[in-house]
Amino acid sequence: MKLYDLTAHEIRDMLRKKEVSCREVTENILDRIAKVEPYISSYITINDEGTLSMADNIDKLIKNGEDLGDLAGIPMALKDNICTDGILTTCGSKMLQNFVPPYNATCVERLYNEKSILIGKTNMDEFAMGSSTENSAFKPTRNPWDLSRVPGGSSGGSAASVAAGEAFFALGSDTGGSIRQPAALCGLVGLKPTYGMVSRYGLVSYASSLDQIGTLTKDVEDCALVMNVIAGYDFRDSTSVSGVALDYKEALIQDVKGLKIGIPREYFYEDIDIDIKKAVYEGVKVLCDMGAEYEEMSLPYTEYNLATYFIIASSECSSNLARYDGIRYGYRASECKNLNDVLIKSRSEGFGEEVKRRIMAGTYSLSFGYYDEYYKRALKVRTLIKNDFAKAFEKYDVLITPTSPHVAFKFNEKTRDPLMMYKSDICTVGINIAGLPAISICCGFKNHLPIGLQIIGRHFDEKTILRVAYTFEQNTKYHKKRAVI
Amino acid sequence: MSYKTIIGLEIHVELKTNTKIFCSCPAEFGGEENTKCCPVCLGLPGSLPVINKKVIEFAIRAGLALNCNINERSRMDRKNYFYPDLPKAYQISQYEIPLCKEGYIEIETENGSKKIRIRRIHIEEDTGKSIHLEDGISLLDYNRSGVPLIEIVTEPDMNSSKEVHSFLENLKSILEYIDISDCKMEQGSLRCDININVKNKDKNIETNIVELKNLNSFKAAVRAIDYEEKRHIDLLEHNRNTDKETRRWNDIENKTMKMRSKENIEDYRYFPDPDLVYVVVDRKWIDKVRKELPELPREKVERFKRYYNLSEYNARILASSKNIAKFFEDTCNEVENSKLVSNWIITEVLRRIKEEGIEIDKMKINHKDFASLMRFIMNKTISNSMAKKIFREMIITGKAPQEIIEERGLKQITDNETINGIIQEVLKSNSKSIEDYRNGKKKALGFLIGQVMKETGGEADPQIVNKLIKEALS
Repeated sequence: MKLYDLTAHEIRDMLRKKEVSCREVTENILDRIAKVEPYISSYITINDEGTLSMADNIDKLIKNGEDLGDLAGIPMALKDNICTDGILTTCGSKMLQNFVPPYNATCVERLYNEKSILIGKTNMDEFAMGSSTENSAFKPTRNPWDLSRVPGGSSGGSAASVAAGEAFFALGSDTGGSIRQPAALCGLVGLKPTYGMVSRYGLVSYASSLDQIGTLTKDVEDCALVMNVIAGYDFRDSTSVSGVALDYKEALIQDVKGLKIGIPREYFYEDIDIDIKKAVYEGVKVLCDMGAEYEEMSLPYTEYNLATYFIIASSECSSNLARYDGIRYGYRASECKNLNDVLIKSRSEGFGEEVKRRIMAGTYSLSFGYYDEYYKRALKVRTLIKNDFAKAFEKYDVLITPTSPHVAFKFNEKTRDPLMMYKSDICTVGINIAGLPAISICCGFKNHLPIGLQIIGRHFDEKTILRVAYTFEQNTKYHKKRAVI
Repeated sequence: MSYKTIIGLEIHVELKTNTKIFCSCPAEFGGEENTKCCPVCLGLPGSLPVINKKVIEFAIRAGLALNCNINERSRMDRKNYFYPDLPKAYQISQYEIPLCKEGYIEIETENGSKKIRIRRIHIEEDTGKSIHLEDGISLLDYNRSGVPLIEIVTEPDMNSSKEVHSFLENLKSILEYIDISDCKMEQGSLRCDININVKNKDKNIETNIVELKNLNSFKAAVRAIDYEEKRHIDLLEHNRNTDKETRRWNDIENKTMKMRSKENIEDYRYFPDPDLVYVVVDRKWIDKVRKELPELPREKVERFKRYYNLSEYNARILASSKNIAKFFEDTCNEVENSKLVSNWIITEVLRRIKEEGIEIDKMKINHKDFASLMRFIMNKTISNSMAKKIFREMIITGKAPQEIIEERGLKQITDNETINGIIQEVLKSNSKSIEDYRNGKKKALGFLIGQVMKETGGEADPQIVNKLIKEALS
């Protein structure tokens, strides 16, 4: 196996045993990028300046026998909606094509303190709105498993970079499935933590009450290592949760004896690819062979997930994205006659179609006379959906569903009809609405394309879903497979 | 015809917390443009607000001092609109559930005291400042962006400019007492918008409500109301009505001018800010703030009346400002003549500081110097009129009274012989007045005393002059 095909924890072990230097690892990744990036287009910005000297520094520290963290010297990628001091952060939008933040997101600060090496900022659907990364204002990203297909989205660049060996791990953001769905389509492990578990400070908001930063890794152990660094209270984010500090490595044990799995019927409806259903059930069987029990059950409000999600997400985005007015930073249209002209032209030209569609829909549902019917009602249904899950978790330890209704699809297959694209998130949005943690792991392949299995846990119970995912991995080989480019 | 004017106020008060409402930038006024900002108050992508606890505490203080109920759970909402000085394109405010509600302030009117109800007080962030240059260029300063504000909304309980004036005076004095704001209208730390309309009570018709803005002083508020009142009545008398609109007070031309129509109300698309959690205030906290509240103006008036034996009128003037009251009490702790001290502060001190255009706590002298001046009057070292001259010099130079007296050799003439000599001189050259006095014209005596005082340069003890002149004339 090539270095770039290894996991972060494997590289960590080799660095510690001095079987490889950090410089070699970093060079290996940069070479890999030079080779495959023309085909994949994972990155918007590649951060090659100073990375090697940073690697040398880490080698020095290792040589000096310093006690380093698990992710020290490990090349990583960050989604381009996570602010990095002095490094372009575009959100995949023309609007922010020149935006260089003067500060680091909290999770970036923590990863820098860990001494992880930032390799680049990854491509994404504009402002994280989309499920294929085709909404990027700059370029599409290709799926490393099949270059004629999308990597999923909106964290498609992050997923592709890890799946193509261009980084050992990546951070993404998940508002309605934007980490889990690309993880599923690229054969990775993707974790959306509980809302409030990872600080959102420095994550450019799409829908504040749903957004959550999470991880894209090659296996569950890497996921635990990254979570150990980025999770935890941050005073700069009022919605971050205090008092929950965990060592996720403790969850890396094979033990699902007596675990109660719920299989919500509503997540296996007719639009879900039959081979995906089969693969998920086989995955459940693997766990049952290890001592878990499963039961089919119901989450009756599931049918409202998508509508509720779109009203809440678009309402919040209409306000969150209002600050992009071309006045202080970002894109400004030329030849404007007056203030209104600046606002209207800059926003009309700076935003892409999908972003404008959601801003308009959200503006509508917050408007006088429609607020009660749309936004307020969506909040009420949100409570019902939350209650659905809460009731389910009285009885079950985890719920298991498919992550995506289909495997990676072809470019332009779903771009003509926005609703078709929205349905790509049918199995993931409910989890954001309820603020729960969920992980997607690879549970099989259909025509060489990865299939994702989603494990949903109780609030702040990432440990259980990591343990279940880890047990699954230890008894299967899907996570060992790499895309061949 | 009998008309009734109906007025309600919306008052924005900048809180003088050390830091801004959602970040740790300094909240103080002024400074070089755009030097007191950070990613949060500039609304940079990815930044998040975290509420300043001190802001909540200050607002609770205001709520309690204005007799409000405090909501134990209130919420921050977003008010969405586009303007370059609003960097997030929404203002974080409170809409559905304000922090404080249902309070009142009592004011004095000709018909006794009157309660002006307060509908709500909520917390919010201030915007930045646009500076429009003449060549069409606009500059932006975000130092003020994120400075904490409370907005106080009254019920339409005021019926004249006089009532509004007295409401504002009382409000300002309370806010100063509880030490939460500078309340400087000229610096914008207290801003008042007025909603006004007029009702014809006979015909039972009323004008549309008009909002008045750009009122830079209490005086401007009074004049704007008087102007509008007349305009509304004129229109009613011609069977016409006002437009629903916002009008701007023009201080130079002394009139209100249309700013924008209110026919199409702007839709601010208020909704709960998902970046912030509920503002939860427990009983214990409220009780603690209540306990720590200082004595409020009304309480102080009552105490002054009781303890210093002052009239309601004098007590109210002294208690109208926290610093005046403090100056009074500090002086009274030094000299035991509260009547003299209160008379002096109400007349001389207030007049002089008004002339100098300074606040009482910014005088060059302190209460100790003032107290020694009072002592010189009390032990008759100097006369009242001499004291006035000395005080004027004290205010300008900051010198102690002792120093001025010594420098200028000012001492009251209490020696009978000296005074009698001068009286004889004066009587010699004013035989007409003597005659008048003997014919029963009491005024003539005053004239003669005045002449004597003039001759002594005001240094004679007027009581002795009075006594001796009467003796001389009898």
